[in-house]
Amino acid sequence: MEKIYSRPRSLRENPTHYCPGCGHGIAHKLVAQVVDELDIREKVIAIAPVGCAVIAYDYWDFDCSEAAHGRALAVATAIKRLRPENVVFTYQGDGDLAAIGTNETIHAANRGENLTVIFINNAVYGMTGGQMAPTTLLGQKTATTPRGRVAQEGLPLKISELLAGLGGVKYVERVSMHAPAEVLKAKRALTQAFQNQIDGVGFSLVEILSPCPTYWGKSPQKSAEWIRDVMIKEFPLGRIK
Amino acid sequence: MSARGNGHAKILMTGNEAIAEGAIRAGCRFYAGYPITPQNELTAYMARHMPQEGRVFIQAESELAAVNMVFGASATGVRAMTSSSSPGISLKQEGISYLAGCRLPAVIVNIMRGGPGLGNIAPSQADYFQATKGGGHGDYHSIVLAPASVEEAYRTMFDAFDLADTYRTPVMVLGDGMLGQMMEPLILEKGPVRQHAKTWALTGCRGRKPNIVRSLFLKEGVLEALNLQLQKKYKAIQQKEQRWEELLVEDASVILVAYGGMARIVKEAVRGLRAGHKKIGFIRPISLWPFPVKAFRRPGKKSVKYLVVEMSYGQMVEDVRLAVECRAPVEFFGRSGGGIPTEEEILKKLHTMS
Ligand code: SF4
Repeated sequence: MEKIYSRPRSLRENPTHYCPGCGHGIAHKLVAQVVDELDIREKVIAIAPVGCAVIAYDYWDFDCSEAAHGRALAVATAIKRLRPENVVFTYQGDGDLAAIGTNETIHAANRGENLTVIFINNAVYGMTGGQMAPTTLLGQKTATTPRGRVAQEGLPLKISELLAGLGGVKYVERVSMHAPAEVLKAKRALTQAFQNQIDGVGFSLVEILSPCPTYWGKSPQKSAEWIRDVMIKEFPLGRIK
Repeated sequence: MSARGNGHAKILMTGNEAIAEGAIRAGCRFYAGYPITPQNELTAYMARHMPQEGRVFIQAESELAAVNMVFGASATGVRAMTSSSSPGISLKQEGISYLAGCRLPAVIVNIMRGGPGLGNIAPSQADYFQATKGGGHGDYHSIVLAPASVEEAYRTMFDAFDLADTYRTPVMVLGDGMLGQMMEPLILEKGPVRQHAKTWALTGCRGRKPNIVRSLFLKEGVLEALNLQLQKKYKAIQQKEQRWEELLVEDASVILVAYGGMARIVKEAVRGLRAGHKKIGFIRPISLWPFPVKAFRRPGKKSVKYLVVEMSYGQMVEDVRLAVECRAPVEFFGRSGGGIPTEEEILKKLHTMS
């Protein structure tokens, strides 16, 4: 009998702490699969975010560092400059990458650092209790927009489109976790973003629309439908650059 | 290398340049900085010379990015450094706390200017509290070294990187605008550069278990246990790494205490007083943390008074008082915000003490 599916080598056997229906677990597994398939586990250095995925290094089985909230791309920049032979990626949520870390994000991108960025957009701050994120949709209720977000609180920030305008940025694609076919597309995008770094192409970012059933106040099923019916209208899927 | 001295002949350099050159010769492989006066010559020197030596120089988008780049560089196991001046150092406190928490070595240079706020660009020593008491959040200390001359600033960099690696801790080199800007002759002698094994570094997990650099420990008891280890390390540093200079303290009835650029003026005053047969001594703390308490604790010493002089309104004086443990009176004279205590003012203050 042939074994055709198993836990990726790059994923530890620890059960995750994520809520049922959360997108982080799937995204972690996809990253681990891609790292295995490209055979780069022994070369990878990952930067974990501050947010729900703060202990991503408990799940991945390769070298990892934490970074202060928002600073992952500054940390990654130095590591990659010093060790170009390694494959360096950051895994960051919307608050980390597009609010407190916007400066580090834009400037690493603008310098064209040869890095892979995995950007989890779930339109909310998960770890701190469901507050407004830069990507929260208008009308979306959160702990800090109890009446629903209004324009004065900021429009949903399309950081991927913004970054795509920078010369240093080589590849940007938005994918989603809401259906199996979309997950496969996400995996292809991640493979591309890692392959780009290996080939020396430059700054590559994959934005993943990811469900947070807990702070969306929806079942996992309804969360997937909400991405499909609502979120994608604000954040259209596909290759941006 | 010729423009930067051959290690035998005397050359003229500013303090900022000497710090940069010292760092390069001490094996600094990574520098990130952001422009701020009065330390710009340091960053410019690094921009000129680091790439020539095959090292990495980055002008960061902010002080925050610079210190976090140093965090990443240090995590790969290389010697890494950033520099700034007071307002920029306030921004770097986040990164310094993370460096301490993750047990990462790094060197941070603060060429102090007037504060609070944007202050001015005059020399100052008003960041003493921030440098020696932690500065960022959490229970930690950085080792703090305060050179008093251009030549000493150069040599200090070898010590700073070695201490950082030995104890896996951030080390701050604390100067002031005067030290950074003044030119003095020095010989660029190569200091000792010890190699430290860094089995914890992030290099890719080939042939070993993955390494993880982290300061987050949520499980009950884990952080407390790690913090106790940190405290043990700090105790060892306090035992072993006190550094100071002293002059004519044995028979002194008054000992003047100052550090960094201020100590130059005070030392001159002490020399003048001795020439006039006054029994005046001098102590210059070099390590500000650990504070050289040993210099102030001499069994059997006859009664003595201390006068602490600072370019601040009284910061190091608190550590002198703690070191003296009420066994002697401790007086203070200081100015800050652009004013530098003059020899005349120091003598006047001394007069009131006799
Ligand atoms: S709070 Fe949201 S993002 Fe965080 S683990 Fe739960 S579902 Fe996932």
